[in-house]
Amino acid sequence: MAEQRATNRGPGRLLIAVYILFAIAATSRAGLQIATKFDEAPVAYLLSALAALIYIVAAVGLARAGHTGRRVALACCSVELVGVVGVGILSLADRELFPDETVWSGFGSGYGYIPLVLPVLGLFWLWRTRHDPA
Amino acid sequence: MTTAAAAGSPVDGILATASIVLSLLVAVWALVAAVRHRAPDRLQFVGLAVLEVALLALTVVALVALGGGERPGEPGAFFGYLVTLVCLPPLAWVLARMEPTRWGSAIVCAVCLVTPVVVVRLQQTWEVVGG
Repeated sequence: MAEQRATNRGPGRLLIAVYILFAIAATSRAGLQIATKFDEAPVAYLLSALAALIYIVAAVGLARAGHTGRRVALACCSVELVGVVGVGILSLADRELFPDETVWSGFGSGYGYIPLVLPVLGLFWLWRTRHDPA
Repeated sequence: MTTAAAAGSPVDGILATASIVLSLLVAVWALVAAVRHRAPDRLQFVGLAVLEVALLALTVVALVALGGGERPGEPGAFFGYLVTLVCLPPLAWVLARMEPTRWGSAIVCAVCLVTPVVVVRLQQTWEVVGG
């Protein structure tokens, strides 16, 4: 298959599409939670906002491609993976810490575990395209 | 049968069901295309266009109900989902146009799998929070 291999082509474009969907989902959710009931669970809602920001930046990084884009995407996917696994474990260990759901609670179980799979796919895609011209 | 249930939800009718079914049909068709290494074909784009028309009609029905004094259970979330919903088919359209390979079909499939979920969430946020 002679498909082009910049991060914003082929499978990369599908990845960007899913990142955009999650950026929308997380941004609206965080925005609404912070606007309407921030006092109930500030940590969870700020975390939602952080996740939303990371999804947006990751999508932009992948879409921009190039060296900077790749580095940005790499950082985002790494933070995401650490975040989803970390929050997943914490939310199991101590439910008090996250009284309300976030995108990353329970390893992203509320979103079909896609938040857990997405950074792995992102890192894999960055690795696959590592030798390609920007 | 209570009167509240009889009044029904404006986003829970034939239009919503048709949107869900159509979206899933387009998703299946796009999946077949992706598996067969086919770029998004005319049928996928027509499907997205018809889906968008159905979703816009659903939006109009919801707005008419709001104009008539009905209110969703969670207004903020309801409008969030409504705005997101009508943006989904255009998003798939634009990205699929940019990617005339099997991955364009995969994008159409992914977005058309998400759309029914958003329709269902829209219906849930209309219902008064009780359970």
